Amino acid sequence: MDIKLQQVSYAYAKGTPFEKYALFDVNVAITSGTYQAIIGHTGSGKSTILQHFNGLLKPSKGQVHIGDRIIEADKKAKELKPIRQKVGIVFQFPEHQLFEETVLKDIMFGPMNFGIPKEEAERRARELVQLVGLPEEVLEKSPFDLSGGQMRRVAIAGVLAMEPEVLVLDEPTAGLDPRGQKEIMDMFYTLHKERGLTTILVTHSMEDAARYADEIVIMHEGRSVMTGTPRELFNDTEALKQYRLELPRIVKFQRRIEKMLGIKLPKVCLTEEELAAEVALVVKGREQT
Amino acid sequence: MMEKMIFGRYIPGDSFVHRLDPRSKLLFVFAFIVIVFLANNTITYVLLLAFTIGVILLSRIRLYFLINGLKPVIFLMIFTFLIHILFTREGTVLIDWGFLKVYEEGLKQGIFISIRFLVLVFMTSVLTLTTSPISITDGVETLLGPFKKVKLPVHELALMMSISLRFIPTLMDETDKIMKAQMARGSDLSAGSLKDRLKAVVPLLVPLFVSAFKRAEDLATAMEVRGYRGGEGRTRYRQLKWDVSDTLAIASLVVMAVLLVYFRN
Repeated sequence: MDIKLQQVSYAYAKGTPFEKYALFDVNVAITSGTYQAIIGHTGSGKSTILQHFNGLLKPSKGQVHIGDRIIEADKKAKELKPIRQKVGIVFQFPEHQLFEETVLKDIMFGPMNFGIPKEEAERRARELVQLVGLPEEVLEKSPFDLSGGQMRRVAIAGVLAMEPEVLVLDEPTAGLDPRGQKEIMDMFYTLHKERGLTTILVTHSMEDAARYADEIVIMHEGRSVMTGTPRELFNDTEALKQYRLELPRIVKFQRRIEKMLGIKLPKVCLTEEELAAEVALVVKGREQT
Repeated sequence: MMEKMIFGRYIPGDSFVHRLDPRSKLLFVFAFIVIVFLANNTITYVLLLAFTIGVILLSRIRLYFLINGLKPVIFLMIFTFLIHILFTREGTVLIDWGFLKVYEEGLKQGIFISIRFLVLVFMTSVLTLTTSPISITDGVETLLGPFKKVKLPVHELALMMSISLRFIPTLMDETDKIMKAQMARGSDLSAGSLKDRLKAVVPLLVPLFVSAFKRAEDLATAMEVRGYRGGEGRTRYRQLKWDVSDTLAIASLVVMAVLLVYFRN
């Protein structure tokens, strides 16, 4: 599903003396099937923008297009529910949303709210619990008996169970151990590829943005300031500095290698594998001469 | 939704009223609540109203906040006003529509009662709008100080009060977040039958309780780690200071009370 934000502004506490704009004229266009990252420093408006993707917040000004639906300031709440089935959001620390007696019921909560029959919801839950890397036995346990990392996975399964076409992820791996982080990010990436999802990753991890995203939007003080592919953006060190963002570790590493070897690699490498291959090419080239 | 709740919120400022000692403000408001009931005729009610307007002007609070504070009680005000108009049968008849008669005395009583509501709400709003929750707690703790002698755990009560005040915004944020997460999963709090709506509250309450208990536990640990062991021998960071202006404020209230007693029927 295509998603488009047109000149979206959003004010918290609108109409009161506490009115405060968090977004100004934001324009973002996401083509169906894209893995889109939204990066920005703390307080840049990332989390506010995220809530516009399924109508949790309505723009104070401007329009949000989600598929063929348009969300505007005066849209009624009723018309927003169908959108929420199409757009699943994994919030930051999603384990805080667990409430049911058993993991199974919690995963089934989302789909059943959208009128999916019980049997189908249960089938999805059984399938998903394995996909997120948990043994099937946890289905009968209380979610509050699980470890933090397991709860996170259950919560993610609960969002996936709605089978959304668009998946919005807000720092989905915050607070997990490095291995868990990689597992979960890889799982999202596989899903993205296999099911042809449109994925929107809101993050301040430059590494994740570099590794997974097709397109990146940089948010700064409530505005969308730059858009481009990871390779384009991470080549522009000056601009990143201006928006108080770091280079991904791997790009920094590449810069150091280039400095030490006195060379310039033909492209910015976004993953370890890519960098290794590029450096190997150079080294081989040297051996031959 | 949460961001619209402004009633009782502290608005920082630097007016005469803002600078008063919380103790004098608390005493002032409590005494005011009592003397409001002394008023019983036109002149005393006018005095009360004038006095309240004077305090509001001194506090330099924008009218917006006071009107907002009125919202929760506006229904009650209208209701009592109507009761008085419809059921008091004294004095001359002002309107006579056969089935509905409005008497002069009824209208008068209705207006009096409304003024009473108005000044009470305005005065208490001025207190909460000009005094930070933490100073109110400090004030309450010192004012209740003497009761320590009768084994009233004053310090503990004040601590409980300040902790709960401190966590109201946190819990509200939390509620907002959980609500949004459940809404994103298709839960609908604003539609369906009463039963459906009640059922929709469970996914909200369970996580909220879980996190509140967790927070309480974390806070208790953090306090213990930093050596907290009750109020015994504890010194204060914020010292309360009684000024000339505080004496003045109380004096003005005494004058007001005397005037009310003098002019009432």
